Amino acid sequence: MPINSSEYLQILPFLILGLGIVISTLFEMYYKNSENFLPWFSAILFLVTGAIALTGLHDQTVLFGGMLAAGGKSAIFHFIFNLGAAIVVMSSVNYLNKYGANFGEYYILLQSSVLGMMMMSAARDIFMIFMGLELMSICFYVLAGINRKKASANEASMKYFLLGAFATGFIVYGIALIYGSAQTTSIDAIVNNFSALTDNVIFIVGFAILLIGFSFKIAAFPFHMWVPDVYQGSATTVTGLMSTTGKAAAFSVLIAIMTAIFSENIPNTFVDYFAALATLSMLFGSIVAIAQDNLKRMLAYSSISHAGYMLIGLSAGNESSVAGIIFYLAAYAFMNLGAFAVISVIEGENDSNTELNAYAGLNSKSPVMAFFMALFMFALAGIPPMAGFFGKYYVFIAAIEADLTWLAVVGVFSSAISVYFYLRVVVYMYFKESEYDFIIQKNNSGMFAVMVSGLLVLVFGILPDTLLTQILSVINY
Amino acid sequence: MNSIPIEYYLILSAFMFTVGVTGVLIRRNAIVIFMCVELMLNSANLTMVAFSSYLGQSAGQIFVFFVMTVAAAEAAVGLAIIIAIFRNKLTVNIDEINIFKW
Repeated sequence: MPINSSEYLQILPFLILGLGIVISTLFEMYYKNSENFLPWFSAILFLVTGAIALTGLHDQTVLFGGMLAAGGKSAIFHFIFNLGAAIVVMSSVNYLNKYGANFGEYYILLQSSVLGMMMMSAARDIFMIFMGLELMSICFYVLAGINRKKASANEASMKYFLLGAFATGFIVYGIALIYGSAQTTSIDAIVNNFSALTDNVIFIVGFAILLIGFSFKIAAFPFHMWVPDVYQGSATTVTGLMSTTGKAAAFSVLIAIMTAIFSENIPNTFVDYFAALATLSMLFGSIVAIAQDNLKRMLAYSSISHAGYMLIGLSAGNESSVAGIIFYLAAYAFMNLGAFAVISVIEGENDSNTELNAYAGLNSKSPVMAFFMALFMFALAGIPPMAGFFGKYYVFIAAIEADLTWLAVVGVFSSAISVYFYLRVVVYMYFKESEYDFIIQKNNSGMFAVMVSGLLVLVFGILPDTLLTQILSVINY
Repeated sequence: MNSIPIEYYLILSAFMFTVGVTGVLIRRNAIVIFMCVELMLNSANLTMVAFSSYLGQSAGQIFVFFVMTVAAAEAAVGLAIIIAIFRNKLTVNIDEINIFKW
């Protein structure tokens, strides 16, 4: 198949980010003190890549013989990944200095992981998905343990690595069986032939194994056991990246496969699987999070229940539900990144001040941080007019349209439970006396990251239509 | 040329995959668990090569190279992580690596 040179213009975001990674690596090799320069370089690189990805929004094409898609949904995902990563970079600098782990490699790994996510969300071939997934995951294994002298970071990194590699084993075996039974790895070709393939036992087994592998990556209930430990032990800023953009990347793959299947008017045969996973994740995450005293661990369980809300959208399987998931992922990315950025500012040395009682009376120590933390907690709880409310609203409405009212009811019930543990943080910050004194280190770039996330959460919440109409305009079924 | 039926390869690779999954679930040494994960990846490789030869397509064999490269990268990162944890805890038994409850 001949490759048209103009195709390279359409993958400009990939090329720029890839070039940035090469430049960063060379710079890191030959200059001392590269860690003072690389954060700014990476932040600008991410913003430029995200902006260029967004300019190609309405220019949807399939490139390189059906390997990559440009524009459309993938452009929106690229924008979310890059903006999220830029926020993470801003909140990282001072945080890493607290642990003496401000290495130049950290920023190179961030850039590579974002390149992997971009490949995942643009892939039109299951093998491209695998390559992107591994690029992202391997970077995450290292990033999780970037505080390499800390035993808890090592432990989190190892648990993430072992269970992540286990999930990868499932995904590769699933891909191998799908390839053998469908005789192709192109998603479009597989979907065109889908109804014939569902009679093939090997294909069904392969597809089921692939879905199980991705259920690990999105942290849905029966496959969630790594989430609390990894999120608690990893560097806080990295946890923010893994829980938002990492989850969004895994969902982008499920969305790409599932929208192709829905668009062929094949009955949604996966509704039972996704609905069961959604119900269990929502209830388990919300109920167990109540018992957590560590804020990072609490947000890990909340991340499991948010995966459940997004899975409602996949079980509904119509146009508005897919738009709802993408909106939810964007909203969740910024509210969760903001919450983790606040935690990384408050956190002291050796994991101190991540417990709930450190937040008692935070309003008197740092009113700005307390205000933004309250904002993110309201958003995560889904209280209007924050972005989180509209994410849940669109997904629940889509479920009702698809005759899954019971699932929406479970979702509302689970949100009601989750209000308790989110608002407990707010109550601690505003209505409790400070239990012990600590100094919050000055952290201007972290503060900036928190403010940008807060602003985005408010903008998406007050003007949800601006984002939703863009998403709906590019979902071509 | 193609005298061994495809089913034999599929059964062997399914068996390898099962051994890998079982090993991950029951073994307690981090390095042995990692070897079991490699076994899972290799069972997928065997499946792809077998299908590739059966279907007369070269795609499956090319994928195997990608999978092997990824597995090598994963091994480099994974062993480094295991060494880092061994320096801190002087053990790689996952039952003793328990700051957090599993």
